Amino acid sequence: MSEIRLETRALARQFGALVAVQAIDFKLAAGARHAVIGPNGAGKTTFINLLTGALPPSLGCVFLNGKDITHKSQAERVKLGVARTFQINRLFRGLSVLENVCISIAERVGVAPAMFYPIGRRTDVIDEAMDLLQVLKLAGDAANRVSELPYGRQRLVELAIAIGLKPQVLLLDEPAAGVASAESHIILGAIERLPQDMAVLIIEHDMDVVFRFAKRVTVMVGGALFAEGSPREIEANPQVRAVYLGQTGHG
Amino acid sequence: MSVEATPVQPGSVVLRLDNQAARALVRRHYLRWWETLPWLAAAAFYFAFPAYLGFGTALLITILFALSLDLALGYAGIVTLGHAAFFGAGAYTVGLLAFHGIWTEPITSLLLAAIAAAAIGLASGLVLLRTQGLTLLMLTLCTMALLQEAANMAHNYTGGFDGLPSLDIAPLFGKFEFNPLYPDTQYLYTLAILLLCFTFIRALVYSPFGQSLTGIRENLLRMHAIGAPVRRRLVVCYTISAAIAGIAGGLWAQTNAYVNLSALDLDRAATVLIILILGGYGRLYGAFIGAVAYLALEHFLARVYPTAWQLGLGLLLVIVALYTRNGILGLGEVLWRRYRRAAK
Repeated sequence: MSEIRLETRALARQFGALVAVQAIDFKLAAGARHAVIGPNGAGKTTFINLLTGALPPSLGCVFLNGKDITHKSQAERVKLGVARTFQINRLFRGLSVLENVCISIAERVGVAPAMFYPIGRRTDVIDEAMDLLQVLKLAGDAANRVSELPYGRQRLVELAIAIGLKPQVLLLDEPAAGVASAESHIILGAIERLPQDMAVLIIEHDMDVVFRFAKRVTVMVGGALFAEGSPREIEANPQVRAVYLGQTGHG
Repeated sequence: MSVEATPVQPGSVVLRLDNQAARALVRRHYLRWWETLPWLAAAAFYFAFPAYLGFGTALLITILFALSLDLALGYAGIVTLGHAAFFGAGAYTVGLLAFHGIWTEPITSLLLAAIAAAAIGLASGLVLLRTQGLTLLMLTLCTMALLQEAANMAHNYTGGFDGLPSLDIAPLFGKFEFNPLYPDTQYLYTLAILLLCFTFIRALVYSPFGQSLTGIRENLLRMHAIGAPVRRRLVVCYTISAAIAGIAGGLWAQTNAYVNLSALDLDRAATVLIILILGGYGRLYGAFIGAVAYLALEHFLARVYPTAWQLGLGLLLVIVALYTRNGILGLGEVLWRRYRRAAK
């Protein structure tokens, strides 16, 4: 097995009396394509928030490349190589697609604090942004304001901002949520073209997406890990079918 | 912070920059011909209306104050109703130094005004900018009220309610007197300072730092998620904005030769906000257009209808708020785009 990028040990988070995530031991290797599924309220998004540092855990630890990052802030974790996308778009809506990606790249390469030369001088940043948009087939929309794009393309921008950070670990929170199934193949295609050695964790409801994308699947129920295995094993697991697959009608 | 950017000549653009959007971004900071218009107008005003230079000076100071607010509100999205705190801090710095005979040289006084205002901006920003929205709005208001009350209570130094009258400002460069009857020195001096500050602000908003401020304005949470030190950026922006507001306040004190509590008033903070909304925020020239529109309106409406001139202003604001998202300048941009589309 290739080297472990992200690891959690006994990770837990409580909100008052509600245990949203409990005692999760989880490993994500380099190059992983790992899906986390589970019914609504299973704690999937909370789990991602714990991984990115948006929420502090109540208990347990998070490791990146073997180093304890439990007490690192969200910004520090991004610098170390953990990036995410959001279930509901969080974009710079009033800016152009190109600027959206430039902001992210400028942040990664450390240009962003510079005050005394125009961004237009950093053609390296703009070049890289254009390259990325090309790969995601967004180059035609580069000049358009994000708020004017159809939702499916906005989801691509959501992805582009995260990829611009060149993360080692990419956490995708329902990347195809809200996108008509006729369009979701664009997003899936983009995810499939991600760099091979990037460790990718995807939270998804759409089973077609999960089975197409994932090599491993973890099922979360009630804030805990319920089952883990290859997509086939998970699909065949009668308990999983009972708690999850059967209910959603995707099967 | 790496500053070794390679300068790019307009002709030497590389292949991927063929894209129209990339080209637009590369050229965004280029000076446009129409950007000289405000300055030509200001110069023309000097020759055309020698009797109105006092009004002109007040206008230029208002523009500078509105620009400082634009940086915080329009670019970084810091919602504030207390920007007069910094205007007042600058004004009182100049006023106290001059009134007590400590320091009267105008340019260095302005520098001190900027430093004093920046210090207050930094100290309050470190606390305030942990909050957002209404909480932030109220706290900025409170900061200003506290400063005003402090200036009121320290009347042994500040003159309290009466303020500091007849300030003795040293001649500019030891040569040019600030004559209250013929304020041409004041006008040109203010214009020069405005041009200087504007050049700085313009460079700032087109810099990567400025771009990250617009990112914070557009989506604070996403900026956190891409690893930006959001609060540090906001505090830096707020401090710079405060310093410029302080310069505007200092100019106000110098050119009027007095300071009073109105420098720290809610009325002043609200007016500059109205000016920016009227003109269009987050676009530099909104401050110019808003200030001209507001002061011209005030001037003419007050003549026609002295008791209720604000009614006309109110109506205009309602129209701007209802029908244009970004003030007069925003309306102009929409019309221009339609015209371009129709012309195609």
